[in-house]
Amino acid sequence: MKMNKLKINKTAKSNFITYGIVIAAFIIVQILVSAGQVSSLMKGLLVPLCTYAILAVSLNLVVGILGELSLGHAGFMCVGAFSSAFFSKCMVEVIPVAGVRFFLALLVGAAVAALFGILIGIPVLRLKGDYLAIVTLAFGEIIKNLINAFFIGKDSNGFHFSMKDAMSLNMEADGQVIVNGPQGITGTPNDSTFFIGILLLLLTLFIVLNLIHSRDGRAIMSIRDNRIAAESVGINITKYKMMAFTISAALAGVAGVLYAHNLATLSAQPKNFGYNMSIMILVYVVLGGIGRIRGSMIAAVILTLLPEMLRFLSDYRMLIYAVVLIVMMLFNWSPKALEWRERYSPKRLLKKKQEAKEGE
Amino acid sequence: MSFISYLINGISLGSVYAIIALGYTMVYGIAKMLNFAHGDIIMVGGYVVLTATAAMGMPPMLGILAAVIVCTVLGVTIERVAYRPLRNAASSLAVLITAIGVSYLLQNVALLLFGADTKSFTSVVSIPAVTLAGGDLTITGETMVTIAACIIIMAGLTLFINKSKAGQAMLAVSEDKGAAQLMGINVNGTIALTFAIGSALAAIASVLLCSAYPSLTPYTGAMPGIKAFVAAVFGGIGSIPGAMIGGILLGVIEILGKAYISSQMADAIVFAVLIVVLLVKPTGILGKQVQEKV
Amino acid sequence: MALLEVKNLGISFGGLRAVDSFNISIEKGQLYGLIGPNGAGKTTVFNLLTGVYKPNEGIVTLDGKNITGKKTIEINKEGVARTFQNIRLFKDMSVLDNVKVGLHNKHHYSTLEGILRLPRYRKVEKEMNEQAMELLDVFDLAGQADYLASNLPYGKQRKLEIARALATEPKLLLLDEPAAGMNPNETQELMDTIHFVRDKFDMTILLIEHDMKLVSGICEKLTVLNFGQVLAEGETGEVLNNPQVITAYLGE
Repeated sequence: MKMNKLKINKTAKSNFITYGIVIAAFIIVQILVSAGQVSSLMKGLLVPLCTYAILAVSLNLVVGILGELSLGHAGFMCVGAFSSAFFSKCMVEVIPVAGVRFFLALLVGAAVAALFGILIGIPVLRLKGDYLAIVTLAFGEIIKNLINAFFIGKDSNGFHFSMKDAMSLNMEADGQVIVNGPQGITGTPNDSTFFIGILLLLLTLFIVLNLIHSRDGRAIMSIRDNRIAAESVGINITKYKMMAFTISAALAGVAGVLYAHNLATLSAQPKNFGYNMSIMILVYVVLGGIGRIRGSMIAAVILTLLPEMLRFLSDYRMLIYAVVLIVMMLFNWSPKALEWRERYSPKRLLKKKQEAKEGE
Repeated sequence: MSFISYLINGISLGSVYAIIALGYTMVYGIAKMLNFAHGDIIMVGGYVVLTATAAMGMPPMLGILAAVIVCTVLGVTIERVAYRPLRNAASSLAVLITAIGVSYLLQNVALLLFGADTKSFTSVVSIPAVTLAGGDLTITGETMVTIAACIIIMAGLTLFINKSKAGQAMLAVSEDKGAAQLMGINVNGTIALTFAIGSALAAIASVLLCSAYPSLTPYTGAMPGIKAFVAAVFGGIGSIPGAMIGGILLGVIEILGKAYISSQMADAIVFAVLIVVLLVKPTGILGKQVQEKV
Repeated sequence: MALLEVKNLGISFGGLRAVDSFNISIEKGQLYGLIGPNGAGKTTVFNLLTGVYKPNEGIVTLDGKNITGKKTIEINKEGVARTFQNIRLFKDMSVLDNVKVGLHNKHHYSTLEGILRLPRYRKVEKEMNEQAMELLDVFDLAGQADYLASNLPYGKQRKLEIARALATEPKLLLLDEPAAGMNPNETQELMDTIHFVRDKFDMTILLIEHDMKLVSGICEKLTVLNFGQVLAEGETGEVLNNPQVITAYLGE
């Protein structure tokens, strides 16, 4: 019984460290900002940092906890971003209070992304491994493509919809184009702040960490570790795969809401919602440690800051970024490198010294 | 007539995808990894041909040869330096991320060497276009060469795998690495050879691709790379005829979708077809179903 | 009436007849052995009984209820739990959590209650912990509750699998080669544990085993399988002295 209590305390402690890091980071940044130590470039990065950290944590739920590879996470973010931006733009006059409006937009973005998670999850979660990866990638690309083909406008007669161009919306003179195809949505209220970003990151961490250490979380992890054994003890594989996938999609949607309300113009481009973005999120997860929630959050922050910190190297920075990525992967995962690290780790060398001493 | 001309264009584009997909599928079959950098090898091939022919004034054939050599060496080097150390890593994701790193690396080296601006590429094919059906149907020289190249490569590769000792070794390694090693097959050598062949094919694909769509940037290889990978999955990853069928189908769907439905939605259509195929047959058109032993 | 009643069970893979007209009848509380040479189809029988494979023909009745062709999770809910020949633990989860996954369907709180850590979450988790620790105690694993399952020694991993199966509160427990890879001491200990489990939980156990010492030591009845068919069945002593069985094991 004692052991057991010890373990629960250990996870609680680990969770509090994670929350603590986020809160400490927030306080430090606030102090630096008020001391005038943060460049405007860095200030512009604060909300994106929260966005990517949320994305990394949410993808880790699928990759690390459920054990399935998804390459379409940017698609869920995209859905969350556009649905919430659409909502906010329509409601900007109806609900003048930014906080209330943003909160509702958040619910809309998360719900629509979750809905897409369910719609996509039902057919594709039967697939395994690389096949699931490629189908999620395909879905992400389709979402991006579809959004680029949408035109939605509003006038006194209500909403108009077209997949051709803004002209074919046939609106009255008072009409206003809300979603303008490849130009996307312009004029979303700028409701995201660093404070809201931090709150949402904490919320994401709270949901994911508590889920992992609950009955449902154990069921999800049991599927990851051994699907056949999980079935043999009565775990409903489809239900728990869907649960993990949907929660993850909803959280990616939350990241999308944060992202959308930080931009004057929201448009779906390869670099923000394409497979490149999905892969980038996966890089955070793998580099931060598969299944390690705190790790993926930290990796997201470091990898987003790295190109900025390397800015003085101008043209070489992305090159160095690539090299750093490769070297880190080799160093962290290659069996030979791990063996070498084990042999020369300070802990072990210390132990050896001690043993030698005791031998004397 | 326009339908037939679209169809031929589709087969031509599909042939390029097929050649690239062969590289993906062979590497996947043998090393069990997605080589995300494969698309960027195509881009490298394009720049080599461009430099050799335009800047150094070499004849086209010599330029192509140069591209094949550079890409082969590059492919083998990448495998040796970045992928081999991770072959027995605890997670198969490790090597995938490294491949993504290699992809960024190649793109950014090209960016430094050649700049971000689009280079126009002069076609290396000098065969004149053929006009059929009283002028209604024109088949360009590039199209004919592409389709011919695809058929030759396919036939050659099938022969190589089924008849040569090295090809048999590849089959053995893809079936069971451990057992192959015990039978005295040089597994590392065989995997390196696979990367060499895949990269050489990528070089040829780059020449064909750039001749048909004559513009080149450091990111040229990325999208055809992804699509070729989709083609490989489509046909059943690991299967050589599968890559061929998948590639050609993908090219045809893309061109017909562009022509008849929406040019903006062409990619979405391609991906939608892939999803439908995988849902009906989860291992692709020619893929093998492997059941887990309980 | 027998707890498990199997009539005329059969399955083919392609042209191979893996199991053919297999019959077995196990009384409640019995310790029953399923033996036979390698490749005789023993594990296939387990896979048929637990719904991993769907039989081509035959009827499986558990406690008077027809469970033929049901899904694995439904069969588990009806009361059949198993272990695996090649150990299948949740290797990156703790020993305690492995058993708690087994307890999954016996305890409930909603996802939201779990995420928000509402009172019911705390109450149910506490119950689950206590029950899991009790089970681990039976198998002498309580001291390692905190370990990752993959860090347990081999013999203990086999025990953990049994504990996890028992956590689902089955009526029938299927053990697939529980003594495989154990040394004689461990096997002896395992035999005691199996006896203990049968008595404590009033369990019915069907086990596949190659270790004849274990089989003759604990099984009350035996069925011998050869080339997918029943070669002999009956009291353990009788069956083991059956000349046909001896031939099947030792060859001509």
